[in-house]
Amino acid sequence: MTDFAVSQSFPERQSNPVLLALRRNKFSWIGIGLLSVIVLTAIFAPVLAPYDPIKQNILHRLAPPSAEFWLGTDSYGRDVLSRLLYGARISLSIGFLAVLIAMVVGSALGILAGYIGGIFDQVVMGIVDVMLSFPTLLLGLMVAAMLGASFENLIIAIAITETAPFARVARAPTIAMKRRDFVEAGRSLGFTPLRIMRVHILPNITSDIVVVASLWMASAIRTEASLAFIGLGVLPPTATWGGMIREGFDNILSAWWLVVFPSLAILLTVLALNILGDALRDAIDPKTRSQG
Amino acid sequence: MILTSEKPMHPSGIESVPDALISAPVLSVCDLTTSFRTNDGWKSVIRGISFDVAPRETVAIVGESGSGKSVTSLSIMRLLQPHSSRIEGSVCLNGRELLSLEEEQMRRVRGNGISMIFQEPMTSLNPIFPIGKQIAEALTVHTDISEADAKAEVIRLLDKVRIPNALSRFDEYPHQFSGGMRQRVMIAMALASRPKLLIADEPTTALDVTIQGQILDLIKTLQDEDGMSVLFITHDMGVVAEVADRTIVMYRGDAVETGETSDIFHRGRHPYTRALLSAVPRLGSMGGRQLPMRFPSIDMKTGEQMPLADVCDTVARDKRPVLEVKGLTTRFEIRSGFLSRRSGAVHAVENVSFDLYEGETLSIVGESGCGKSTTGRSVTRLITPTSGSVTVDGHDMMKLSQASLRTMRRSIQMIFQDPYASLNPRMDIGNAVMEPFIQHSLGSKAQARDKTAALLNKVGLSADMMKRFPHEFSGGQRQRIAIARALMLDPKVIVADEAVSALDVSIKAQVCNLLLDLQQSLNLAFLFISHDMAVVERVSHRVAVMYLGEIVEIGPRAAVFDNPQHAYTRKLMAAVPVPDPARRGVKRNMAVDEIKSPIRPIGFLPPERIYREASPGHLFQVE
Amino acid sequence: MIGYVIRRLLLAIPTLIAMLTMVFVLVRLVPGDPAVAMLGDRASAETLQTLRAELGLDQPIAVQYVQFVTKMLSGDFGRSMTSGRTVLEEVALVLPYTLELAVAAMLIGTCLGIPLGVLAAVRRNQWPDYLSRVLSLVGLSFPGFVSGILMLLAFAVWLQWLPVMSRASSDPISHLRNLALPALNLGLIMTAYIARVTRSSMLEVMGEDYIRTARAKGVQPMKLVVRHALGNALIPIVTVVGLYFGTLIGNSVLTEIVFTRPGLGKLILGALQSRDYTLLQGLMVVFATFVILVNTATDLIYALVDPRVSYAR
Repeated sequence: MTDFAVSQSFPERQSNPVLLALRRNKFSWIGIGLLSVIVLTAIFAPVLAPYDPIKQNILHRLAPPSAEFWLGTDSYGRDVLSRLLYGARISLSIGFLAVLIAMVVGSALGILAGYIGGIFDQVVMGIVDVMLSFPTLLLGLMVAAMLGASFENLIIAIAITETAPFARVARAPTIAMKRRDFVEAGRSLGFTPLRIMRVHILPNITSDIVVVASLWMASAIRTEASLAFIGLGVLPPTATWGGMIREGFDNILSAWWLVVFPSLAILLTVLALNILGDALRDAIDPKTRSQG
Repeated sequence: MILTSEKPMHPSGIESVPDALISAPVLSVCDLTTSFRTNDGWKSVIRGISFDVAPRETVAIVGESGSGKSVTSLSIMRLLQPHSSRIEGSVCLNGRELLSLEEEQMRRVRGNGISMIFQEPMTSLNPIFPIGKQIAEALTVHTDISEADAKAEVIRLLDKVRIPNALSRFDEYPHQFSGGMRQRVMIAMALASRPKLLIADEPTTALDVTIQGQILDLIKTLQDEDGMSVLFITHDMGVVAEVADRTIVMYRGDAVETGETSDIFHRGRHPYTRALLSAVPRLGSMGGRQLPMRFPSIDMKTGEQMPLADVCDTVARDKRPVLEVKGLTTRFEIRSGFLSRRSGAVHAVENVSFDLYEGETLSIVGESGCGKSTTGRSVTRLITPTSGSVTVDGHDMMKLSQASLRTMRRSIQMIFQDPYASLNPRMDIGNAVMEPFIQHSLGSKAQARDKTAALLNKVGLSADMMKRFPHEFSGGQRQRIAIARALMLDPKVIVADEAVSALDVSIKAQVCNLLLDLQQSLNLAFLFISHDMAVVERVSHRVAVMYLGEIVEIGPRAAVFDNPQHAYTRKLMAAVPVPDPARRGVKRNMAVDEIKSPIRPIGFLPPERIYREASPGHLFQVE
Repeated sequence: MIGYVIRRLLLAIPTLIAMLTMVFVLVRLVPGDPAVAMLGDRASAETLQTLRAELGLDQPIAVQYVQFVTKMLSGDFGRSMTSGRTVLEEVALVLPYTLELAVAAMLIGTCLGIPLGVLAAVRRNQWPDYLSRVLSLVGLSFPGFVSGILMLLAFAVWLQWLPVMSRASSDPISHLRNLALPALNLGLIMTAYIARVTRSSMLEVMGEDYIRTARAKGVQPMKLVVRHALGNALIPIVTVVGLYFGTLIGNSVLTEIVFTRPGLGKLILGALQSRDYTLLQGLMVVFATFVILVNTATDLIYALVDPRVSYAR
């Protein structure tokens, strides 16, 4: 073997390039950090909350932030801080579960459509396109109204609105992978379509899907808050961020804290997820990468 | 970007002197070193490159991938990203130091004093502007010229680069031009301001051989007409021999040898130069042999050629052919118009027939659109042919059920062109090679592993690499892994679809030798699909030439190469650059034409073809 | 080219029919008997039955479907059960408000967003890029109503520059003052989306070979960015912006509630809450048709602008 063949040399062993790029991206640390704090407070809400979130306390209604009630109280005298902490549990779990369902169902559809092609692809994508022509919020509104507002129904409603985008997101890379030589090699080696989709295509498009998952979870939480604001959220007296704003809206002129703190909570959560999603996307797509 | 403005003395001790007195170099590069910023700091990519280009001279920089030849040209033009690159040394254009210029001053030099053309004509033109406008821009950016005058000049340039119907094509968009035509447009754009120096970075690598020949001729002609100098970057030694007066050989960022082209070719001193030259196949070097021949390998210490092992005749002509193809036709429908009606069809493969015997290598050669790849895919049934029969090992592939087809796939396997795409990046290579064995239930996992280890050894790798992932291997190694995977099912026929085309010259030679070794030990039959005539000449027993979906000539390699009968075969042979510096300056005088498209209207009936036999087994199509 | 246009328009038809089917199914799944909703629980069974017959609710579902599709396609979108006006009349009442909000928001979004995105792409990894990316990220993290409420608090309640609730007004200045906050609210969200899309599209284009060719030709930097790069980058931006139009209308529901403006979104919400079945159905169809038209128009603009598509065989 000639010593001088350039291509004989072993390229350096690279660990997962995504994790590597994430580690280097300082921005992503903020997102991860923020998200961890929010998730932890949600999990430990019962321990952290100073008061019972649904216990009314008429004597102290509409009290501004003070040493006793750090973030003030609402029109029923309930502590805003405690309600905020418990509200985190609702928003995060709805958002997470909705996206999980949408991701699994939507990606499966997208991969099948992309790989099988033909009429199946056209029909599935036709339906997906129709669903995508309804704005997320309106679709969620309709489904939530038709099913009735409850924790489980909200998850289903939001999952339905997000299935179509996942199908789209999974289909394009599937079609690109289908043309790659190693998939053709798999066909020529006689592998079954199911095996090819499961072992050869899916692991290679997971990163594309996961990137979008983070961004869509942000969207799910936005949608849930919006639906709660309209009145289709989880029913009171359960504390939800959107619901708190809805109730606070009537007193906006006199009690700003009722509206500002839940808004900040929503904003920070969604922001954290968006930062994370962006960082993931930058890590995967070299063209928009922030370093060099 | 950090530039050093110290100007080292030109080696001959002369600074800038007017042209009229002494023939000063147009370009003078001294100790050029370029570094890129990486996560581990600055890394030098080219080091201490020095050379001159005299007026009317062509200098070639030749090297394989990673040699730094492109970086050199981009450094001269200062087209690298300023924030992540650093250029040191001296680059003088007609005595003027370029590296110390302000960006705005350098901008005025680009496209004016020095012009550049690039490798990929398909993506190098802006898709939203007509080409006339893009060429005119090269003029309007540097001079105060009226639109009408600019247009007239552009038409003149289009004529000069031999684009037919220049006036009517002025307003057309890039996507309406073929690859070769786009490259001509690029050349017109580069010549607009009459630069002193043209840098051509692999301008013909992405083009078909016949088109390449035309473009090379064009560059030579224009050089004579305008008296400009050319810095030609390439990896193809044949092209170097044809165009270059002097040559620089680069390897991993260093210039290992510089000199007159004929010196480099016949009296190369550096071991890398000799290794590179030995790996270059020369058309017509088979000297009457009937059997394929291995590529020579150079002993690195002595620089001497090692003895070539003999090749035995493995062809089993007495047995039934392992692959019989009769009347294979594959057509793709085209739909257009607002109802998506069938408006035509691509006749990719039209009535192709041939036999392949055990232990034989039949090569299919041709340019883009000739149908050779589609033939390979039709034979392995990755694409479903429209009609015809493909019989593998006695079984007709067309008539099999899905289940039997799966089993039949074991007899005929394929290796692909792009080594970087032929392995699943998420699967370690051990599993990748074992997978076919396990999926076809040929035995236990332990047996699969044993066989994998054996095959990896056979292809020149080692069994302890099984846990590694594809990105840890080079292109040539990945191709070996793909071959091992194809051998897992003990196929009788392997279809190699441009399997070595994407590899560097020296690696190409090694993989070809590997294929020959495997044929020797396993009596494999190869259907070798390629556009590279010189490689085909070395590895084949028989050759088929395809054009527009049909075989126009087929026969034993010696007969077809030494005595081509069909006009297209002759044209193809004439276009191949020969790595012989004595042929420099010889023009082919080829007509400017395009490769025709195999698209036909609906209901087109292909004409009956008649074949004549020139010698036993050597058939060609009669026009 | 004409073929492409006709083909694209024809493609809209099956999409329309699929959408009509979806609306039909969705609306019929909303719980509650519309007759009861209209007449109250105390109404007698007979009167309920008469009303149902009038509304065609007693027909078999297949017949209802056919009637529904034919009526919609012929432009008869139905009549509101609560107000008695036709759907089109109801829409006409609120459409001007929705449209002016949408157009204003889009204008703000493109005029601010595109330059911001171009700046971020050209000054990649320098402070304008980071600032633009942070602002965009924050901007699109706000749900429409949160940003609206915060703006309301800031500009109307605390600073008192603009009115808290909008009133219908014929005075143009007053009208603009009413429009300002809601338009700014949606407009800034749009700016965030458009700036991001512009940035990534520009980055993609600037890495292309033909930009390198232009640099090698000696094209001036400003011209390079605006004519060569942005010209190509705008094509995908236009398509995406067309898609965002739908999101815009969706978000307008929230804006209308926060700023107490009349509009299409509020109308839909009202129809849902009062179980005004026919109004709801008609509104959803009108709305979705509009979105399909916008998507088709976007595709056609794309075809006009990109020379590769116009000349497709």
